[in-house]
Amino acid sequence: MKKSVFLGALTVAGIIAGGASAATLDEVKARGKLNCGVTTGVPGFAEPDASGVWQGFDVAVCRAVAAAVLGDGNAVEFVPTTGKTRFTALASGEIDLLARNTTWTFSRDVDLKFEFIGVNYYDGQGFMVPKELGVASAKDLDGATVCIQTGTTTELNLADFFRANSISYEPVPIETGAEAVQQYIAGACDVYTTDASALAAQRANFEDPSAHVLLPEIISKEPLGPLVRHGDNEWADISRWTLNALIAAEELGVTSVNLEELSAGTENPEINRLLGTEGELGSMLGLDAGWAKAALGVAGNYGEIFEQNIGAATPIGLARGLNAQWTDGGLIYSPPFR
Amino acid sequence: MTTLADPHKESFRLSMLLNDTRYRSLTFQFIALVAIIATMAFIGGNLVRNLAEAGLNISYDFLGAQAGYDINQRPISYDSQDTHGRAAMVGLLNTLIVAFLGCITATIIGVVAGVLRLSPNWLVRKIMAFYVEIFRNVPVLIWILIIFSIMINAAPAPNAFRGDEPTASMWLFDSIAVTNRGVYLPKPVWGAGSLLVVGVFIASIIGIFLFRRYARKQLFDHGKLIPTFWPSVALFFIPVILAQLVLGTPVSLEYPALKGFNFRGGITILGSLIALWFALSIYTGAFIAENVRAGILAVSKGQTEAAGALGLRPGRIMNLVVLPQALRVIIPPLISQYLNITKNSSLAIAVGYMDLTGTLGGITLLQTGRAIESVLLLMLFYLIISLSISFFMNIYNNTMKLQER
Repeated sequence: MKKSVFLGALTVAGIIAGGASAATLDEVKARGKLNCGVTTGVPGFAEPDASGVWQGFDVAVCRAVAAAVLGDGNAVEFVPTTGKTRFTALASGEIDLLARNTTWTFSRDVDLKFEFIGVNYYDGQGFMVPKELGVASAKDLDGATVCIQTGTTTELNLADFFRANSISYEPVPIETGAEAVQQYIAGACDVYTTDASALAAQRANFEDPSAHVLLPEIISKEPLGPLVRHGDNEWADISRWTLNALIAAEELGVTSVNLEELSAGTENPEINRLLGTEGELGSMLGLDAGWAKAALGVAGNYGEIFEQNIGAATPIGLARGLNAQWTDGGLIYSPPFR
Repeated sequence: MTTLADPHKESFRLSMLLNDTRYRSLTFQFIALVAIIATMAFIGGNLVRNLAEAGLNISYDFLGAQAGYDINQRPISYDSQDTHGRAAMVGLLNTLIVAFLGCITATIIGVVAGVLRLSPNWLVRKIMAFYVEIFRNVPVLIWILIIFSIMINAAPAPNAFRGDEPTASMWLFDSIAVTNRGVYLPKPVWGAGSLLVVGVFIASIIGIFLFRRYARKQLFDHGKLIPTFWPSVALFFIPVILAQLVLGTPVSLEYPALKGFNFRGGITILGSLIALWFALSIYTGAFIAENVRAGILAVSKGQTEAAGALGLRPGRIMNLVVLPQALRVIIPPLISQYLNITKNSSLAIAVGYMDLTGTLGGITLLQTGRAIESVLLLMLFYLIISLSISFFMNIYNNTMKLQER
């Protein structure tokens, strides 16, 4: 781990030599591949499948951007990054886009000079406790030993939550989710805290999931989204509007099934503008008119990607919740294509 | 007859830098030095320029910013409101604690195992060989993880101490609790007059030293052997206990007790510290055992035989004749083992022990995104610790060296 950080630092020193401010779009086109940073493996979000092909919710964003820019959803070089190396990899130009369930925070956006292009998953930090402890609320956790997966915003939220409620706790920082679960199961900590989606996913793998409860408190906002470097607004626009295209397509009812039919032209002018049969949106981005159609052609719209990778029918089994379209009471909302 | 004139002093010519063997090596060393400096300057300049192009800069301002995270083992007072700099200090102290403890126990384990490896007893010899080979040949990270998972699964959770029929109980008259989160020990509470008790304690330690010196003087001057062990033990305990009784127990003990989720009160030794400490000691102990064995074998067999001829018993031969001479061979490689313990302690995060790598190189790095600054500072800290260990151990080595008279 230490070595990878050091290599990351060296990368900044050596590799980029003037790559930071050059037009990323031209570089990606010249290379013929999009370099996309993902996790080293989180089920449902980004993980290689049995045949070594990357699959997942974040991976779908990479593929959509590659399809919009290069016309091919498979023209992606996936770069696995850890919590420690991800920002260095992006800042150094090793990757063009980072889609690695990264929380959008002020300091990452401003101080680290990144540009978050939107939110593809609204998450929040939750707590899991064994049912037999009889704890009903996170405020009853005074003096508890808490297993935390480090390297995220989790430690800070936890410290803030316990301080705000004037209760104490013993933090047990743990590097990976798997080790945290092992300690939690052995009773080395009373509580396990991380993003609620991850808690749900990991509880599903327990021997007896019903013996553990998620506490009602969600103590933080974790808007997870893809990000790019500061300073190349054209590239940021392309990435942002590709994500928006996936979201708008769901709202407008454009799916992988009816994509071909609708792209022949419809009565709805917004669908026409999105799919490039009307207006000049593609050329404004410096792309083909069919950019959004290509992006949608990879795995369908936002809703379809969600259901395929992390939805209720998958082993992860997450409900849409906050991640439903705004028209269904969720927060997923795209600005208009106009 | 001609007298030999002084050889003509050749004036220095530029071509001699290459053609004259006296200067050639200097020339190449100079060129190499310039090349190294130029490379470093290029890499450094490249780093600064690229950072500037990306709108970033090298800045250590983050050390003064609020850290915002908690640390489970705090040798100095610390909470989440303190700065990243202080968090790094807490991590540094935690590193030093585990490195210090590890060096001591690894030395003890190593010396015992090294001596026993040469034991005439076949079984003992083979057991020690087995220990050395097993521990030396498996990566230390694996040992840390194995020992930690055995500990968290074998020791009872605090929950097991609860209820009317607990499945686990505390040790030594309910004063020590061993759980899978750590070991809880009684803590001395310093009441009024406790200074006097501490004074008596220090005085009795000095007394033991004086008594032993007196006993040795008696032995050397008059050939009288005075027993020292039991009087020393008595001197150690009796005055302090008397002082406690006379002054009305100013130093009392605070016992750990199960309150809420965990044991509270007393001294807590975290499970992660124990696992890391134990794993580092037993792993490095195997290497030290080999050094000790090499050192003992380096002492000529004649020394042992001569000492035996003088009538010394085997234990005394080892302690008085062989080991002091073996130390000269043992100490130099021992220094590198101490450095290894210190550096291997950076694997602490595997068990959630918040050392320097866990705070400065872990959470601070991730939260501030200052990877280059943090890693440089981390390297500097480890460099300073390692160089200090080398420095002091070299001084010790010089005092132990064969004095030429």
